[in-house]
Amino acid sequence: MYVLPALLLIAVLIYIPLGLSAYYGLMDWDGIGDMKFIGMENYINAIQDSKFWSSAGHSVLLAIFSTLSLIAYLAISMVLASKIKGADLLRKIYLVPMLLSSVAIAQLWIKVFNPSNGMLNYILMKLGMENPPSWLAEPSIVLYAIFIPILWQYAGFYILIYYAALKNIPDSVIEAAKIDGANPIQIALKIKLPLIMGVVKVTIVLAIVGSLKYFDLIYVMTGGGPNGASEVMASYMYKLAFSTNNFGYGSAIGFLLLAITLVVTIIVQKLTASKEEIQY
Amino acid sequence: MKRLGKVLLYISLGLVAVFQIFPIIWLFLFSLKNNQEIFSGSPFALPTEFRWENYLKVWEGGIGTYFWNSVWITGLAIIFTVLFASMATFAITRMKWKYSGLVLGLFMVGLMIPIHSAIIPLFSMFLKVSLIDNPWSIVLTYTAYNLPITIMILLGFYYTLPREIEEAAIIDGCSIHRMFFRIILPMTAPVMSTTVIINMIYNWNEFVFVNTFISSDKFKTLTVGIQNFIGQYMTDWGAIGATLIISVLPILIAFIFFSNKVVEGISSSAVKG
Repeated sequence: MYVLPALLLIAVLIYIPLGLSAYYGLMDWDGIGDMKFIGMENYINAIQDSKFWSSAGHSVLLAIFSTLSLIAYLAISMVLASKIKGADLLRKIYLVPMLLSSVAIAQLWIKVFNPSNGMLNYILMKLGMENPPSWLAEPSIVLYAIFIPILWQYAGFYILIYYAALKNIPDSVIEAAKIDGANPIQIALKIKLPLIMGVVKVTIVLAIVGSLKYFDLIYVMTGGGPNGASEVMASYMYKLAFSTNNFGYGSAIGFLLLAITLVVTIIVQKLTASKEEIQY
Repeated sequence: MKRLGKVLLYISLGLVAVFQIFPIIWLFLFSLKNNQEIFSGSPFALPTEFRWENYLKVWEGGIGTYFWNSVWITGLAIIFTVLFASMATFAITRMKWKYSGLVLGLFMVGLMIPIHSAIIPLFSMFLKVSLIDNPWSIVLTYTAYNLPITIMILLGFYYTLPREIEEAAIIDGCSIHRMFFRIILPMTAPVMSTTVIINMIYNWNEFVFVNTFISSDKFKTLTVGIQNFIGQYMTDWGAIGATLIISVLPILIAFIFFSNKVVEGISSSAVKG
């Protein structure tokens, strides 16, 4: 009885819609009129849809960037956890961007990237660069430009997680390694890293899955443009449904997004699964 | 040599801090300037005079409505989420019933669901029951979608609660309901406050649901409202800056006072995932 309100809410608002998404995906439907059953046609269309593939490619690229950026976050966390004064304050400062809405972040970075009056190009011109690019308007660089606010937004989150894990390593383990003559780099790579591998795996899954469903920031910053150069899976799906009223096809892509997310989660967990958990 | 190394470490950590915080300071600076100052002066300069009128202008221009919508929708959804999540966690951790493992599984899987996969069916469901362009659709979806994470944060705390107190209450003839509302809920106040602030950040910042389900200006929350609003003030950077600062200020203030709770909530919501 106590579980009922919560269970009812997630059943009706999470699980039933997911089921419906699979169902709508088999239909030709504009969201208002009659549905027509068309079997797998939407999925076949998706496979042949070059826009879908390019948006999926952009999502994968973001996932790769995000996973690589974990290395930098991990390095910063290692430094931060090595008896630094003010570490607690610093990690809170790092966390601030994470608290802002994606809309605010997107609007702020639109201004940072503004070709003539933005902060970034002002700095670049002071440094002597003659024609700094208009970051969000160039198809070849827009995705890299968008990744900077993503990096900025999530830094504090991952640093926080790594920092907490590193602080859990008992001092005695590190002291023992020092006595045995290990240098700081060796301690970081051979002792600390293996000890927090469980947490690192979780963050890899979070980074990949988070990137695959990334939406808000890109939708506000570029709307997927210019000319589809920053379209990702979720933004493509959203446009299909709510700009072109292609609810059936949109649902199919939405269901693919769900399937891909779950499959990737399982694959990453299998790939990074270690036979033995480290005890200390 | 060792000293130098330490100094370099501090400098690099400091640079990261500047990178993280400076764009927000820059935003605050230009929210107090007019276009002439922004376009001709250095972005790092202080405003010649603090133009608070930018804030007054956007508040009276409509941001106020969006702000109050955000406040009540966020608040109501927090109350529902934390209450229902507490009840569910209580039932899962404290009562013996057949499907508790399965139900817990359903909540935990809910953590991984991309909301975009559900948004088209949700839209058509709300359309059928006439909840499109009705703020209740937002309150309900926020409540449902934050239940999994809230339950996850609560779980750890509930497992550590001593059973003796409950047993004593039952022996004294206390009913289950009385025990839950009078004894369990007050005991979980510390972890509830963590979930409240995490829910507050999520709800306040949410964009997709409002953008999809709400079309009238009078129901829009800040995230979607500022989108339209900034369209109007396309070239007035001071007004845009003021709008953005107003939209992020409540969360930043909450963070200043409850930063430890935020840190706790974010780490416990991620690490076990």
